[in-house]
Order: sequence, then structure tokens, then C-alpha cells
Amino acid sequence: MIHLYNVTKIYPNGVKALSDVTLSIRKGEFVFLVGPSGAGKTTLVRLIFREELPTRGQVIFNGKNVGRMRMVEVPYLRRRIGMVFQDFRLLPQKTVFENVAFALEVAGSGRRDIRKRVPVILNMVGLAGKAGMYPAQLSGGEQQRVCVARAIVNNPVLIIADEPTGNLDPETSWELMKLLMDINRRGTTVIMATHAWDIVNAMKKRVLALTGGRLIRDEEQGAYCYEA
Amino acid sequence: MKLNIVGYYFREAVQSIWRNSWLSMASIGVVAVSLFILGSSLLLVLNVNSMVGALESRVEINVFIKDKTTPAQIKEMEEGLRSMPDISEVRFISKTQALEEMKEKFGDKKEILSGLEEKNPLPDTFRIKTASIEMVQPLAQQIEGLPQVDQVRYGQNVVEKLVAFGRWVRLAGLVAMILFAIAAVFLIATTTRLSVYARRREIGIMKYLGATNWFVRGPFLLEGMLLGFLGSVLAVMVIYFGYFSLVGTIKVSLLFMLTVTDPGLILPVLEGLVALGLIIGAAGSTISMRKFLMV
Repeated sequence: MIHLYNVTKIYPNGVKALSDVTLSIRKGEFVFLVGPSGAGKTTLVRLIFREELPTRGQVIFNGKNVGRMRMVEVPYLRRRIGMVFQDFRLLPQKTVFENVAFALEVAGSGRRDIRKRVPVILNMVGLAGKAGMYPAQLSGGEQQRVCVARAIVNNPVLIIADEPTGNLDPETSWELMKLLMDINRRGTTVIMATHAWDIVNAMKKRVLALTGGRLIRDEEQGAYCYEA
Repeated sequence: MKLNIVGYYFREAVQSIWRNSWLSMASIGVVAVSLFILGSSLLLVLNVNSMVGALESRVEINVFIKDKTTPAQIKEMEEGLRSMPDISEVRFISKTQALEEMKEKFGDKKEILSGLEEKNPLPDTFRIKTASIEMVQPLAQQIEGLPQVDQVRYGQNVVEKLVAFGRWVRLAGLVAMILFAIAAVFLIATTTRLSVYARRREIGIMKYLGATNWFVRGPFLLEGMLLGFLGSVLAVMVIYFGYFSLVGTIKVSLLFMLTVTDPGLILPVLEGLVALGLIIGAAGSTISMRKFLMV
């Protein structure tokens, strides 16, 4: 589903974030993206999401060259990818329900569709009783689940989670992981960039390790690193 | 689904106008002032034009012919004048006719003129009407150069002043309007920029969720257009009621002619003002959004 061919990204300030990365991710996979800060994890995610363009090489998503995509196509690409952020990025003045509904509104869904779909998704992430609350009234784990709900409400084919457990305690982190696994079992591809080595080691999923912008390891059922 | 989005645009636009109510009012005010100036100068021009039109039919060129010109030469000259494209009417008044006219004007004191029949001092005259009032002066100069012509007279002052006044009003109105319109565009740009800035987080999230650029722009564009619309409506109302109450007072005092009261002529001006208000608003918000939407 996702192919990167010899992708290099050099930012305008001269920083080389990725150099000559080639990799493939199949539909339905669960992939960890690991590596120290500044290794290029976020850049990789941004290239898939078309927030940045590759300096060299090609990024293919579902058979489309993301780098050559016209500006008007970008929104439709993004609707097929659900993003989960470390800092949640919820709108504080909107309720849980409205935050999730916002993703549908943006995609042009009708009101009836929204009223039908949002409760189903909130139920799925275990927030059925908190639809009328504001983000500030929720715990970190709950806020992150709202973020996941917003990411999946449009039925994306891919979920990208950029350090989703970064602001959560271990117990809530595991609840979130169960949720992501659940979503993955329903057929959605999941890419998760993370520092949480214990989670990576315990899950035994595919691991892509980046260091200094290079892909140094790609193994099925991998661990965070050998020493750990 | 489409209606849904329009509803969303309106909610967001009205909300942010409300949130920046002071700046919004200032924008509306500047739009109103600029369109008021434009509208009133347009109406003034409209009136000057109609006055010029009314005078046009009255302004004549009197061409006095030299005394010893033969009837054949006069005939030839008349044909020459008739063939000029800018002349709409040529009338020949002979010496005798001129004297008769003068006697009529003098009424019961016409004895003063008796005895002049023998040695009539009045010249033969052509009275010429032109197709448009702007042509009066150049034509008069041209005719003055003809050999048999003694003298050319026309209402120099009235014509020149009226034409110059019309031109001046048009120019001054245009300059003032452009300056105010630019000010209005930038004030609206500032207002919408504030609301764009206040919601930059939201815009970022919208982009992540796959909002199209038009979806993001919609509320801001609508906000600018609403401000422009409200300003233009204000200007139109002031002009409309102001103008007709002015026409009422002036008709009584008869100092100055405001001849245009036909709604068929005034309504297009007012409609144009509203359209211009919308354009100013849209231009302002487009300027403010250009930078922010590059993601």
C-alpha cells in the first residue's frame, strides 16, 4: 500500500532528515517506527501525509505518487489517512461529540450521517458516556481516545500515530495500544512512531528502525533494539 | 450536504464578526463612507449629465455673416455647414427676420427700431445646434475661420463651466472613492486576519482532517463579504433617504436642479454599490488568507 523508493529529504535549512530510504508497507500491517529523536520518524510520516515533499525519490500511496499529487487532490488523500498526535490536537471549545463530528463535517458529511456515525465510533473507543464533555474535563487517556475516534470516523485505510503514548502513563498507554490493535484487526493499516520500547518489545510486530535519517533495521516481530 | 456547509460558513462568520465587534464595525463604517462618497458623486454626475443634456438642446452657435456676402455664397455656406457631421440643425435668419425678432422682443417699445428697415444694421445669421455640448467650442472655432464669417457667439461660459464641473466631479469622486476603497479593503483584511489568527489551530487541524482549501476559506470569505455587504447597505440607505429628502427641499427652493428622480436611473447605482461592497469584502479577506493557507 505504501512504497518509498530511495527517498531523501533535505529541509531548506540544510538538515538532511532522511537519506535514501526504501521500504514497503502492505495493507493491514501494524508497523512500529522507532529511533532516537531527530532520526527522521516524523519526517517520514509527513512525507506520507503530503505535509512535506521528498527532495529525491518517490512516495507511493495506494498506487499514487504523493509527491506529484496536485494541491486539489491532497485533501482527499488526507481523508483516507487518520492522524493521531502526541498532543491530541483537540479543539477545546468543542465537545467530544463535536470534535469527532468535525472530521465528518470537514469531509462534507451530512448532519444525519454525523448523528448516526459519531455515537458508534465513541462507543467503540469506550467514550459513549462522555460525548457532551469538553476535552479539558477528560483525562489524558480519554483525550487520546477522542483523537483516535476522530482519526477513524472517516473509515481511513491507514492510521498514522506519531508517539501517541508520549503523554500517557503506562497503564493508559496499554489501553490505547489495545484500541489500536482492535482497529488494525478490522483491516486498517497502522503506522506508529514511538519511543516506548517496552510496548514495541511486547507486541512482536514489524519494526522499522531509523537512525540519522537511514533505515538501519526492518524486521518482522522485531524488538525496539537488540540491547534492550 | 451543500446546504450543511453553507450553514457552517454562516455560523462561523457571524461568530467571528461578533467576537471582533469593534473592528468589524470600523470596517463596516469605512466601507459605508467610501461607497457613500462614490454613490453621491455618481448621483451628482448623473444630475450634471442630465442638466447638460437639457442645456444641450438650448445652446446655439450664432454665426454672424459679413455684410457684403451674396445670396449664392450664403447658400453655398449653408450647404457646407449642413454637411458637417457634428451639426444637428442649421437655421438661416436673414437681416429682415432678425429685425422682426428684435421688434417682437421689444414689444410695445418697438418704435425705437422704426426706420431701421431702410438701413438694417443687423447681419444675416446662421443659428446652429450641435449634436453634443462638448462640440460647441471646437465647432465655433472652426466656423470662425470661414471667409464670410464676421463673428461667432455662443454661451461660452455656461457650456464650458458645466462641462468642466461634470468632469471635475467625476474625477474627484473617483479619486476619493479609490482611496477609501483601498482603505476599506485593508481594514477588512485586518479584521479577517484577526479571526484567521484566532483560529489558526483550528485551521491546522482542519488541514490534517482533509479539509479542502475552499472549505477552510469559506467562513473567512463570507465574513469579509458580510462586512462589505453591511457597509454598502448602510451607504445605500443614507444615500437613498438623503437624496430624496434633498430633492424634496430643492424642488421647493429651486436653487439648483436635481432633475434625476427616476428610480430606473438611481436603482442601478445603488445596486452597483452593494455589488462593490461585496467585492471589497471578498478582496479584503482574500488578501488576509493568502499567507495562512499554504500547508
